[in-house]
Amino acid sequence: MKHRWADRLSLERLAPWLVPLGLVVLWEVAARSGWIEQRVLPAPTQVAVAFWDTVSSGMLFHHVGISFQRAVLGLLAGGGLGFVLGVLNGTSRHAELLLDSALQMFRNVPHLAVIPMVILWFGIDETAKVFLVAIGTLFPVYLNTFHGIRTVDHGLIEMARVNGLGPAAVFWRVVLPGAMPSVLVGLRYALGIMWLTLIVAETIAASSGIGYMTMNAREFLQTDVVVLGILVYALLGKAADVVTKSLEHRMLAWHPAYHSARSAGG
Amino acid sequence: MGNSTSPALKRVEVTQEPVSSDVAPVVDADAALGRPLSLDGLHVAFGERKVLNGLTLDIPARQFVAVVGRSGVGKSTLMRLIVGLDIPGAGEVRIDGVPVNGLQPSVRLLFQDARLLPWQTVLNNVGIARRPGWREASLAALGDVGLVDRQSDWPAVLSGGQRQRVALARVLVSHPSILLLDEPFGALDALTRSDMHALLERLWLQHGFTTLLITHDVSEAVLLADRVVVIRDGQITYDVPITIPRPRRRSDAAIVALQSKILEQV
Repeated sequence: MKHRWADRLSLERLAPWLVPLGLVVLWEVAARSGWIEQRVLPAPTQVAVAFWDTVSSGMLFHHVGISFQRAVLGLLAGGGLGFVLGVLNGTSRHAELLLDSALQMFRNVPHLAVIPMVILWFGIDETAKVFLVAIGTLFPVYLNTFHGIRTVDHGLIEMARVNGLGPAAVFWRVVLPGAMPSVLVGLRYALGIMWLTLIVAETIAASSGIGYMTMNAREFLQTDVVVLGILVYALLGKAADVVTKSLEHRMLAWHPAYHSARSAGG
Repeated sequence: MGNSTSPALKRVEVTQEPVSSDVAPVVDADAALGRPLSLDGLHVAFGERKVLNGLTLDIPARQFVAVVGRSGVGKSTLMRLIVGLDIPGAGEVRIDGVPVNGLQPSVRLLFQDARLLPWQTVLNNVGIARRPGWREASLAALGDVGLVDRQSDWPAVLSGGQRQRVALARVLVSHPSILLLDEPFGALDALTRSDMHALLERLWLQHGFTTLLITHDVSEAVLLADRVVVIRDGQITYDVPITIPRPRRRSDAAIVALQSKILEQV
């Protein structure tokens, strides 16, 4: 009776986990007892064992490392180009006139539809995957950067000019920070597309990476490794999201929506 | 009150320096910076609509002039011409007898809204131009408006009156010779506005900039200015000096009388 309140409190905290936990237990029992066939879905404990095996053999890190490298390179190339084009077209009407309609046309081509073309151009080596990730991430970053720059409060730009700021100072101190919330939205979209593109590209044409690892496992009916690959993708996606969120908190600390403390300090 | 009986629609020449008999102004090192401003036959038209139609006005150095008029008579347009954001269709703005061409470092404009950069702290907003020694100068200006203790805050957490005071500090940093105020207190509540009036008057007496205040509040004009002019149909139609000694009280009979006289002309 003494611990009743404490019990109730911990029960409340545990409640949200009961259903997922129950499902995992049910899954384990179903797989073990043979209700679900091994080649349909392996037991959770088998996935855990597969995780341990692939970690201890170094295979998991090898493939994750390669996938990560492709993702980052593609994002840097595509997102970087999208950012530069967005800044260029956002600040210069001439550049927009010249480039925007062409970019809009390319944007409407689903980038996964060009996989056959990309394989013909680059074979199945690294360039193909990086290229696909790059064109996938280019447009979300481009569109959001462009939109962000165009919607910067004109009153602030005017104020800065009246206070004696030159064009470069206006860009660095007013236009770019003003566009930053929008740029970061573009980055988050790009991260989602980055993993999606990579999964598709690696399952279709690769000799390494998580996608290859799962496709290879499929050949040998290693469903435990396939499920492990899916979980790794989910974790990587989540990690990318956490990184952008912390980036947002750092770069948009001024924004009322991110105020953790009243003062900016310093 | 000598000239307040002068007939309407006739310019009253004001040649003497502003009178401030009661208060001996604390003149600091930056004082006497005020420079004479003349507006000569200014024409501005937006399409068919003539906004300014040969507006002419001479303002001696250090004078505080209030411009009143109904909304849409081109008061803000006038400010944009003086600060150099817009170019008149015809006519000239002269500072110290020199025609204005482009943005003027000696002219500062306080906008209707504070226009603070939300991603910069109060201190960095005040020192937005980042001239050598801006930190000390900004702190001094914040001291002038009584907001030193908010220097590290984000603008988002300030009240409307505080934001406008930060904006005031921002223009003070550059020691303007001519200060333009475009209905800067219009959005504030009555008590805050009254505080701002006192602050502005003190700063003007202390720094001695030539001041042009746009307002639709005639009592504000009479309370603060050395001279009130009325704009109608794109021209100055009424021009009256206010010689009531400072500090002035809103309830003063002379103020009230002048107020209703000017209101008839608006």
